[in-house]
Amino acid sequence: MKVEGKRRIWKDYQKEIADDRYFYVRSCVRQNFFPASEKMFFRILKEELGKDIFENAAHTTCSGIGYHSDVVPFETTMTMVARQFALMTESGYQNFTTSCITSFGLYTEILETWHHFPEVEARVRENLKKATGREFDKPSNLSHASDVIYKFRKEIGEKARYRLVNKQTGQPLRCVEHIGCHYSRMFPGKGVGGAEYPYVLAGMIEEWGGEVIDYPERRHCCGFGFRQYLIQANRGYSLSCSKKKFDSMAPYKPDLILTNCPGCPMFLDRWQYTLSEMEGTTYGENGQGIPVLTYEELAGLVLGYDPWDLGLQVHQVPAEPLLDKMGIPYDSNRKFLNRDGQSMGRPKAPSFLKFY
Amino acid sequence: MGNRWVAPKRLLFSNSIKMDPQVIIIGAGIAGLTAAGALAEKGHHVLILEKEAQPGGHVAQWDRLFPSRRPGSEVLDHIRKIMDGRVEIKPGIRINGIIAHDQDFTVLTEEGTSYTGQALLIASGFRLFQAERKEEYGYGIYDNVITSAEVETVFKQGKKLLTSKGTLPQRVALIHCVGSRDEKVGNLYCSKVCCVTGVKQAIEIKEQLPQCEVFSFYMDMRMYDRHFEELYFEAQKQWGVQFIRGRLSECSEAPDQSLIIKTEDTLTGRPLRMIVDLVILLVGFVPEPETGKLVEMLGLSTGEDGFILPSDEHYNDNLTTVPGVFLAGAVKGPATISNTIADARAAALQIDSWLKTKP
Amino acid sequence: MKDFGFTVQLDHSIDYDAKDKRMMRYVLYHEPSLDWCIGCGSCTATCSAGQFTLFNIRMAHTLLRRGETEKLKQELKKCMFCGKCQLTCPRGVNLRNVLLRINRAIELFG
Repeated sequence: MKVEGKRRIWKDYQKEIADDRYFYVRSCVRQNFFPASEKMFFRILKEELGKDIFENAAHTTCSGIGYHSDVVPFETTMTMVARQFALMTESGYQNFTTSCITSFGLYTEILETWHHFPEVEARVRENLKKATGREFDKPSNLSHASDVIYKFRKEIGEKARYRLVNKQTGQPLRCVEHIGCHYSRMFPGKGVGGAEYPYVLAGMIEEWGGEVIDYPERRHCCGFGFRQYLIQANRGYSLSCSKKKFDSMAPYKPDLILTNCPGCPMFLDRWQYTLSEMEGTTYGENGQGIPVLTYEELAGLVLGYDPWDLGLQVHQVPAEPLLDKMGIPYDSNRKFLNRDGQSMGRPKAPSFLKFY
Repeated sequence: MGNRWVAPKRLLFSNSIKMDPQVIIIGAGIAGLTAAGALAEKGHHVLILEKEAQPGGHVAQWDRLFPSRRPGSEVLDHIRKIMDGRVEIKPGIRINGIIAHDQDFTVLTEEGTSYTGQALLIASGFRLFQAERKEEYGYGIYDNVITSAEVETVFKQGKKLLTSKGTLPQRVALIHCVGSRDEKVGNLYCSKVCCVTGVKQAIEIKEQLPQCEVFSFYMDMRMYDRHFEELYFEAQKQWGVQFIRGRLSECSEAPDQSLIIKTEDTLTGRPLRMIVDLVILLVGFVPEPETGKLVEMLGLSTGEDGFILPSDEHYNDNLTTVPGVFLAGAVKGPATISNTIADARAAALQIDSWLKTKP
Repeated sequence: MKDFGFTVQLDHSIDYDAKDKRMMRYVLYHEPSLDWCIGCGSCTATCSAGQFTLFNIRMAHTLLRRGETEKLKQELKKCMFCGKCQLTCPRGVNLRNVLLRINRAIELFG
């Protein structure tokens, strides 16, 4: 493989990412599955990088989840998004950054729509004014939170206390990077590195000492999407998509999977459990599974935050093997204690997947 | 008219020993060389300006030509025999200006020289599509993805077609329509010669490596010219080449550097996945970028496909809208070698007629 | 094993390398003209059985060449061996022999 070939393509897809004063909007579901991720984003940006990042308590979902499930019409979605922009304007910010990749895709799509169809934008402004009395300016920069971490990957790398290197063998960790579909597939120019060989996560991995793995089903969707899994009987389809990816990456023996969408790590993490219960199949060595991390979790690990403060205990696939490889210390006794030191209870062990 | 050539009036008073050429040809590929020979046979004084160090254009780099698989060198030698000794070729020339006077043209070069002629023939040809632009095919990234041009080079050097590890391939996939008929790279046109090149190379690979499975992935089989359809039949009948209708959508690398390709097997309506040792991309024609400068200098026009537009596609195919400026060969769009030779001879005839009408 | 109310879906794509190609090789060995097919569909269009059933002779012999032979036995029962397909083939594929050989291959490997 000639990596220079990929670098040439990455150079073609560069995007403007704002460097400070971010207006942040949260994801609907991420805090359930990865409770500490968004909090870590704030902490890294404010404390490590000294940036101004702000969220308005009145902000809501972008309704992307409803739009993509065909339950919210586009005009409603656009108006909800317009309200988000209005909150940004009222708070005195111009750089919009989203936690969720579907949100990012949706905001990009809506801004493109308004660019090509100004009459639609005018109608949405009117709708918003009538419904809430608010007015908005369009953001001057729209980025995803992973773009921001990508932008500051060197600074994070410099402060890093741990590298993506296997402490015992000295080899770089083998990392699979998985981009959310909505990041660059619709608008390749709006994603760092484009759609074919996206670089936003690969750049982080490389900067922090890891090795990026290319495997045949790299481009395949994890199956999250929306409407296909809302009904339980349909979930086999989503499960099969993730399984295809696991089967394809397994021969390359990855040490971790890095993602930037809220849904992808949820699926890639949880489906390993589901598959192990349904079929007895596990991936990774000795039934450990392949740990799945969000970019905030990985940045946090690299910076030396406590793994339990990062929320790694709620991952279905245990992160302990990865922590051991990186040489990150952790206190197993504190794993299921809350912040006040009280026990949260212990989950039942899965049948086949290792449990620590 | 029985004159060998008519000396331009200006020359009679010129101090320079050199005679101005009557015709300046830009491009010493098969079109330029053929036209030069035809014009020289008619007694004209021709000068060819060529940007590369060697004349011969693309044909000089190809091994065997379709449909008969005869050596390209035979054709090139034949053309050159006609013009040798009668035509001057200046290689390594970069043109940076053309001035159209009332009766002639002056061509200015980056080297600081200038040449004046009464007629200008643009035979600057084409370039091959840069396969890196099809990102999903992995050319320039995966070691075993190569182009048809690279296969020609291997055969021309008398070498065996090998994988990146130096082993004999067990299975090869030829991909049609790379860079052509593709909105994503901005080339909607068909490059005409790639289908038959694919069939020819499939046979050549089977000839060299009988144990190798050869698969060709096509959208349509464009076997329009004489003996093309028979060549396609020969590939299937005699050589066992397998043709699967479906366009390559993505290429991935397996741990051993073999390639996993995804196409649709449209004839069965199912997606198809296959592991191959080599992927050969049949790259199409794109306009030669240097021609764009000539277009600007002379005020010519190009079609939406980027190739130069002649003054009329049917009956003035070798003329442009500028009197005295003529066109021959692939500068007008994808063309086979037979087409190009015929076209260059036609251009020469047009130039000859035109020169004879001048005072 | 647990049942969560859904199943893993089978891969719908043709994995060329994973298929059992013995039937394909047997038929092609005994009737190499099948390799001359260009997929024009004249055979299917004229097929007597194809007029009244979902039998698609072009699809059947193309799938055979991909190693997809599970449904072949059922499908081929519909063929009447009338020979119209062979009559119309522009490449001169000996289709009647192809069909006879497929039947034999089913007996041997199916």
